Amino acid sequence: MGNEELEALQQEAIQEVLEVYPAKAAKNRAKHLGVDTPEGVKGACDKTRSNKQTVPGVMSQRGCAYAGSKGVVWGPVKDMIHISHGPIGCGQYSRAGRRNYYIGTTGVDTFVTMNFTTDFSEKDIVFGGDTKLKKALKEIDELFPLNNGITIQSECPIGLIGDDIQAVAKVHKKESDKPTVAVSCEGFRGVSQSLGHHIANDTIRDEVMPDTSARQNFESTPYDVAILGDYNIGGDAWSTRLILEEMGLRVISQYTGDATYKEMTMAPKAKLNLLHCYRSVNYITRHMEQEFGIPWLEYNFFGPSKTTESIRKIAEFFGSEIQEKAEAVIAKYTKMTDEVIAKYKSKLEGKKVMLYVGGLRPRHVIGAYEDLGMEVIGTGYEFGHGDDYKRTKEDIGNSTLIYDDVNEYELEKFVQKLKPDLVASGVKEKYVFQKMGLPFRQMHSWDYSGPYHGYDAFAIFAKDMDLAMNSPVWSHTKAPWEKGE
Amino acid sequence: MQEVNNIVNGQKLFLKDEYQEVFKNKKQFESNTGSVNPAKVDEVQEWTKSWDYREKNMAREAITVNPAKACQPLGAIMVGLGFENTMPYVHGSHGCVAYFRSYFTKHFKEPTPCVSDSMSESAAVFGGKSNMTDGLRNCNAMYKPEMISVSTTCMAEVIGDDLNAFTLGAVEEAEGELDNTKITYAHTPSFVGSHITGYDNMMKSTLEQLNPPKSEKVIDEGRINIIPGFEPYLGSLKEVKEICASFSDKIVMIGDHEDQWNTGAGEYSLYAGGTPLDVAGTAINAETTISLQKYSTIQTAKTIKNKWKQGFEICNPIGLAGTDEFVMKLAELTGKEVPESLKTQRAQLVDAMQDSYPYMHGKKFAIYGDPDFLLGLVSFIVEMGGIPTHVLCNNAPKKGWEADMQAIIDKSDWSEDCNIWPSKDLWHLRSLLFTEPVDFLIGNVYGKELYRDTKIPLIRIGFPIFDRHHLHRYSISGYKGCLNLLTWITNAVLDQLDEETKDIGETDYFFDAVR
Repeated sequence: MGNEELEALQQEAIQEVLEVYPAKAAKNRAKHLGVDTPEGVKGACDKTRSNKQTVPGVMSQRGCAYAGSKGVVWGPVKDMIHISHGPIGCGQYSRAGRRNYYIGTTGVDTFVTMNFTTDFSEKDIVFGGDTKLKKALKEIDELFPLNNGITIQSECPIGLIGDDIQAVAKVHKKESDKPTVAVSCEGFRGVSQSLGHHIANDTIRDEVMPDTSARQNFESTPYDVAILGDYNIGGDAWSTRLILEEMGLRVISQYTGDATYKEMTMAPKAKLNLLHCYRSVNYITRHMEQEFGIPWLEYNFFGPSKTTESIRKIAEFFGSEIQEKAEAVIAKYTKMTDEVIAKYKSKLEGKKVMLYVGGLRPRHVIGAYEDLGMEVIGTGYEFGHGDDYKRTKEDIGNSTLIYDDVNEYELEKFVQKLKPDLVASGVKEKYVFQKMGLPFRQMHSWDYSGPYHGYDAFAIFAKDMDLAMNSPVWSHTKAPWEKGE
Repeated sequence: MQEVNNIVNGQKLFLKDEYQEVFKNKKQFESNTGSVNPAKVDEVQEWTKSWDYREKNMAREAITVNPAKACQPLGAIMVGLGFENTMPYVHGSHGCVAYFRSYFTKHFKEPTPCVSDSMSESAAVFGGKSNMTDGLRNCNAMYKPEMISVSTTCMAEVIGDDLNAFTLGAVEEAEGELDNTKITYAHTPSFVGSHITGYDNMMKSTLEQLNPPKSEKVIDEGRINIIPGFEPYLGSLKEVKEICASFSDKIVMIGDHEDQWNTGAGEYSLYAGGTPLDVAGTAINAETTISLQKYSTIQTAKTIKNKWKQGFEICNPIGLAGTDEFVMKLAELTGKEVPESLKTQRAQLVDAMQDSYPYMHGKKFAIYGDPDFLLGLVSFIVEMGGIPTHVLCNNAPKKGWEADMQAIIDKSDWSEDCNIWPSKDLWHLRSLLFTEPVDFLIGNVYGKELYRDTKIPLIRIGFPIFDRHHLHRYSISGYKGCLNLLTWITNAVLDQLDEETKDIGETDYFFDAVR
């Protein structure tokens, strides 16, 4: 299919899904959907409306501010305890689901996969939950003495019943001499998990960054960097770290995947902040730029082309010594990734992919697919902002359907219309498309595989995509007695 | 580095030397005690296994750690999905719905339809009326349901939204679009009870709102309703229906979500199966309703008994005795003999129990889960001569459950050795397992960390189970379901026996080919 033909089909798909809505909703959704091409000017990447209230009554894939704070930013900090403050559900549904890998003795010095909650009853709603919270903090310190701090992650009712968790945290911080961070990330705030990232970043700025204890007597080197916005899903940050270390850099701070409190306080000692998920950590990065003068750089470690490009960009910042080492790293791994490509490309070439994820993946993984000869024909963000869509323009390789906050109905129709060979999205969507006989990969959890960041990880990515696309199971859908196409 | 002919994922990749080096390098910057002072971690870890720790842990009042329960709307959604062409609709933030859908989907490996009306700050200030007005209309236009089943999140409950007025208002403003769609609704505050409370509230409201008032009741002779309760085992629903069908074709299940989470490959259908709305809307005409989960239907029972003045029975067809009671109740209500097919199934089950009993006999079990699930499972363990040493129910109802459980445990020769732990969580259970160990643990996926910490093998029975596939397709109810329980537990005991006897030249004299 030619690019023009594809574009026409994509435009048609948008018109068709809009037909189902009542007028008010159709008008709203029309602004979130569009088509863009690498050559086009003022296409959907520039114009798509984003970070707005979801249309009520649809099956949106979005999460909430609590999910953005507890689930994404704070939750993976391993030596702190994160309380889901409020009713029982939020902490339970978000428990141990994101595959934020870490090393530690869970329940003793690290706590990521556990669920701590104040489990509100009606009494707590009526009389307020501050007393219970105070007691909960004390109980945690008694039973989990090696915690290096506690965060209080607010669920919806907290902001509605007038509790003062900031005051409770302040008192506990003083009494326990440990960081105690109150986060007002009630789920109703904002329009998606995105505001939760921002709120979490602000609490890091206010409660973590001012702690200079680990920065004193810190012996700097010229090559100190921090990895920000890698949540170490399936070990992504580790496979990133290996490359940076082999380049001659020293990673003094990594967060929040496999992070410790101390590492977060040390980030201001970095010579360069390396940003993986721009969306969720750009706030704290900009703060560090203003407050400590630390420059930052976005990188993309999906697929060898983008990884190599990013390595060169990072190395350029540090000069010739690092650049030389970087080239050696590139040469060493390119040999392997070329072999990976040789092994899988013929089986995947020309296959079409539709993506729907969050954070940076709707644009960052495009290159990895292209390295395998695959084309991305549709992509969108659950909770992206205008700057995410603008950045997407650089990554699209052909006419691409762009959909913001796409709901189950729209995505299903788009897939039926554009007939991709692979859909890559989340667990809620997975079985819808598999039932249609379409290969599917979860791109939040790496479908329980990974890591996907870096060169070694690309080999896994390639193997997984081959597994998804070329498994014999897809050929069994039609029974032998069925006639027709 | 990866070898192209042997590409490994994280599990083995990170064992390679270069990554072990990365971990070592990282430690110098870390603050967790394991990186700073590993001996201290060992010391505290040992302490967490002690009686001293247990006493402090059991005295907790404010913090819940690793709970074994979820919140009300989850149960309400299961109710909605038990009716034909019904879209569950959650009045509240879409974040909640993303959680509910992924929770069910990770358990069933199936899509879970459910919408929300995306309430946010403005709704918190002005109420969620406009969200409901737009939301119901959009939902109806896109998903074309016969019924929309509205539940609430804690946000909507705290601000006190009036569902009755809101739904009526939405219908009025929809320019006729909602006139042919049934809308049922229930308040399901997350800060009261658990997911089974939400099941109860939604089931009660659905039945009340779909059925005519008692004055219009016309008794349908021989009709019996079955309410399954919060049932994560789809095979159980199927088996219960089979048992019922063997007695009468006038026994109907109210809230039958079996097909919704069990559709085949080929094409995707948003709705599948479910109780037809005309059947649900005539539930009042039945002679009797049988609830299979007493504690998931406390409020529903009141409607049926007091408002409808209908016969109401409770059965729990998990385990032999529970199934016997259910079968005899059906025989009594239908006036029929127990069918030959069930007599055969029972005889086969008992035969199997007599084949396998040495392996469960005298074994100590710790078990946790929902109240009715536990009544059935513990009854089965006692029937097999097993010892339910720790029975833990995080969402134990305040009234009645403990006494019901005690009555079951009293049938055991070891009743003195058994403990019931209402309202305790899985971190409490950790202390119990270290101080008073058992041979096997029975529960959901969250028991996995207890297995890791205590090395007590986990037998996965319960909800949710995310890390094993297809167990939910089996039945744990009825005689055939009981045979599944027997098979799973017996073979877990035998697997453990092999595990303990596989050391060559050390223990493998007992590594028998025949067990």
